[in-house]
Amino acid sequence: MTDTIFAPATAAGRAAVAVVRLSGPGTKAAVRALAGRVPAARRAAVRRLKGATGGEIDEAVVLWFPGPASYTGEDAAEFHVHGGEAVVAALTGALSSLGLRLAEPGEFTRRAFENGKLDLAQAEGVADLIDAETEAQRRQALEQLGGRLSGVQARWRDALTSALALFEAAVDFPDEEVPADVASRARPILEALIAELDSAAQGAERGARVREGYRIALLGAPNAGKSTLLNALAKRDAAIVAATPGTTRDIIEVPLVLGGYKVILADTAGLRATNDEIEAEGVRRAEAWAAAADLRIWLVDGQGDPQPDVPAAIRVGDLVLTTKRDLGEGHDGLPGEPFTARSPNDVAWLERTLTHSVIEALSGAEPPAATRLRHRDLLAEASDRLRHALSQDESLELAAEDVRLAARALDRITGRIDPEQVLGRIFSTFCIGK
Amino acid sequence: MQRLMIWDVIIIGGGHAGCEAAAASARFGARTLLLTHKVETIGEMSCNPAIGGLGKGHLVREIDALDGLMGRMADKAGIQFRMLNRSKGAAVRGPRSQIDRKLYREAMQAELAATPNLTITAEAVEDLVVEAGKVVGVVGGTGKVYRASGVVLTTGTFLKGVIHRGEERIPAGRVGDAPAIGLADRLYASGLKMGRLKTGTPARLDGSTIAWDRLEMQAADDEPVPFSFLTDRIEVRQIACGITYTTPATHAIIAERLTESAVYGGRATGVGPRYCPSIEDKVVRFADKTSHQIFLEPEGLDDDTVYPNGISTSVSAETQGLFLRTIPGLENVVVRRYGYAIEYDYVDPRELYPTLETKRLPGLYLAGQINGTTGYEEAGAQGLVAGLNAARAAAGAEPAAFARDEAYIGVLIDDLVTRGVTEPYRMFTSRAEFRLLLRADNADQRLTAKGVALGVVGPVRAAAFAAKAAALAAARAEAATLTLTPQEAAKHGLPVKADGHRRNAMELLAYPTISFEDLTVVWPQLAAWAPAVREQVEIDASYAGYLDRQLADVTAFRRDEDLRLPAELDYAAIGGLSNEVRQKLSAVRPLTLGQAARIEGVTPGALTALLAHVRRRAA
Repeated sequence: MTDTIFAPATAAGRAAVAVVRLSGPGTKAAVRALAGRVPAARRAAVRRLKGATGGEIDEAVVLWFPGPASYTGEDAAEFHVHGGEAVVAALTGALSSLGLRLAEPGEFTRRAFENGKLDLAQAEGVADLIDAETEAQRRQALEQLGGRLSGVQARWRDALTSALALFEAAVDFPDEEVPADVASRARPILEALIAELDSAAQGAERGARVREGYRIALLGAPNAGKSTLLNALAKRDAAIVAATPGTTRDIIEVPLVLGGYKVILADTAGLRATNDEIEAEGVRRAEAWAAAADLRIWLVDGQGDPQPDVPAAIRVGDLVLTTKRDLGEGHDGLPGEPFTARSPNDVAWLERTLTHSVIEALSGAEPPAATRLRHRDLLAEASDRLRHALSQDESLELAAEDVRLAARALDRITGRIDPEQVLGRIFSTFCIGK
Repeated sequence: MQRLMIWDVIIIGGGHAGCEAAAASARFGARTLLLTHKVETIGEMSCNPAIGGLGKGHLVREIDALDGLMGRMADKAGIQFRMLNRSKGAAVRGPRSQIDRKLYREAMQAELAATPNLTITAEAVEDLVVEAGKVVGVVGGTGKVYRASGVVLTTGTFLKGVIHRGEERIPAGRVGDAPAIGLADRLYASGLKMGRLKTGTPARLDGSTIAWDRLEMQAADDEPVPFSFLTDRIEVRQIACGITYTTPATHAIIAERLTESAVYGGRATGVGPRYCPSIEDKVVRFADKTSHQIFLEPEGLDDDTVYPNGISTSVSAETQGLFLRTIPGLENVVVRRYGYAIEYDYVDPRELYPTLETKRLPGLYLAGQINGTTGYEEAGAQGLVAGLNAARAAAGAEPAAFARDEAYIGVLIDDLVTRGVTEPYRMFTSRAEFRLLLRADNADQRLTAKGVALGVVGPVRAAAFAAKAAALAAARAEAATLTLTPQEAAKHGLPVKADGHRRNAMELLAYPTISFEDLTVVWPQLAAWAPAVREQVEIDASYAGYLDRQLADVTAFRRDEDLRLPAELDYAAIGGLSNEVRQKLSAVRPLTLGQAARIEGVTPGALTALLAHVRRRAA
């Protein structure tokens, strides 16, 4: 028998209102025990809550959601009490003494998933929405919760069912009025689907960046001014700035919001050959982080060596700044844009430039449907299987097997494919029955 | 005083389910009684004169691998053998043959008459004997009581069967057979859930009035491939079937008189099969098609009755006569019997365990059309399973179960008892998720050893199988020892990647570009392999990569199948299940987690909750 769970739905601390949620078969009894009468379904009612010993807990707004028309699909309820810590403690204590259990993190959503109220992609959307810090993350998570990915996936599966029906029509009904070229009609469907899956897999990279943050690495020789720039962009002293080269050894990540997107800016150890074991590890980490970054900003010390070794690692699309413009003109022939982190104008210019890069990278014509690397990998697997299916010229049963495997990969995003659907498609398309 | 005869198993009905049930029960060694109201119609093919096809042919091979009758009888009566999908992969080749109805019936009756442990009695059955909630016998039409441990009911479409032809409504099973009322009342009173289905049959034509010389003909295969693993070669003379087409004139007549049809006139409510629509359905649903194919199938070598496959109908006799004469070759055709639609009740197969025993009436097994299936092969397969299980139960043996990963029989029964039916159920290869493993060619290797262990395979087949299995094992072992380096392969003109890996004969054969003949050039001793052995090895090699994947899937499948759900599980007490899922689970009462997963509408989340509940109980 599933137990009944409860948990504060609002954050701890002083507030006007705190909400405590209940879900499970014992919900109604618990509401009755605390509030006396159970309110009408989905109607707010004011009740005085009393503990087991008869002591009053608070005056609360009580909501009763009989299953399955509730978030979890089970009987559920909410108590809206005054938002003091003692009030919440008294209420949760009373619920515990009634035999209810404090929910594990995510347990309400897990129950909603188990009861078929949400599919896996939607449940991920709930988690993302709760974690959303930026406008872009919020929009993306809301779309996923609203079933956007599930909807697109359903459309892909529909196309797969059609393709499979064409293969199976050729396999299972050789003597029937099925056109001789029936299997070849699957080719354009699969080709179009492969293109869509590939594009969705790319979109998933974008979606994952929106969720996890666009990564900008600050790179350069020691003492080029990376930490000063980091602090200027973060608008606080996140990194220690000193004239001593090699001050920053580990990676310092600072989250920013640029253009409504989450950005992770990383200050890294200055790149140089060193015998210092700790600094060498710092350099190794800096290089690894830089390799995975979406944008690299190279800082070249404008007051340093007149002919600095321009790092060979600079690639097309990297941003190069010649720093410390405030200390003098610098030498001719240095690469990059003259810049100083001490000028608010320069910092504002850089912020605009970075914002532009982030928006260009992360905002598509529409937000990506797939948002996780998990999605990307499944999409890539499905696309590979379909390519393989198209390479099976003669063996229709193997092409069908490949399409089935592709469907299974897509199903792992949300649900499952059913042979009855394939047969249904065949019978509605072809006149079977000799 | 009348001697009270006690049987182990009683089979009611002598159709395809009944024959296999009786024979399987008797092979197991149970004292078996077959009751049928007419001995001379045992083994009758009441609809189209053909056996096999895609999925269906697979079932026949499996019945044969379990030493059932259908394959051997069809080999004695087949008059147009064709291997369907011959040009496609082995997994989707399906043996099929037109059947001489008389030869088949005679062969079946002779076979059953010679079956030890089996008694055949011509008597209608009026009622079941139920004691303490258990079925322990039947009451015959004469009032005589026959007692048994188990009863297998294989009575086809007798439940509230109604024939429709134009405005006519005739209560009946098949034409000329009276439905059994008392037995039906007993089933209705027992609370078994029922549904209503419909099927149809075309007119039967006088072949001597068909202009064959103007028709396209479809010949039999040059080398007919038998159904049975025990048949060496087909001795029956092979014939051709005619092919003709409906015309716009045919469609016009039907469209104009559509309300004569049972469905379009609103007189029939049962659901018909989508894969076997009436000609009325074809004209309505595929209105853009001006022509539909018709196969003209002779019903026997010395019987010139012709079954026109593709135009089942329930319009009036007059209209049938009119539209038939608009079809090329049939301009002067004489009709021997007009087509009709038949509506009947079936028992929701979710009322059954996978043994095909009813949950409500222990001791009563159902097989064939009564379970909502269509087709001789589907009926035969169920009959075998029901007869074997009734016999094993009588002997106190464990139930015999066939899983989805070992047989189409398993797919068939699991689909029925788990998902129920919404139209007459017919087998297709696309229903089998392990299709590449479940081939017609390897049915014996999948099932015969199991059949021996279950006690349903006789000594002759057991010996033949043992010999073949030994030859195959030797061949596979030999193939594994014959190896080539890439350089050696290149010398023989065999293109493989130059990666330094030695490849054995099986691995080489897996290349689409390398044939068995190529290998016999390298290793002449391979030419000595028996053709059946060679074919098996070739097929296994051709599917090698895919078979590994399917075997991995089988492992995952087995994990869920091995997780048994307690029979007394109270679904109402499992939280985290929606009412809808709870109802579905309670209705089917799945035996395993895997079966629960296959019930329509059971979500992955619900399975997680179910699994968690069962684990907690076990802890």
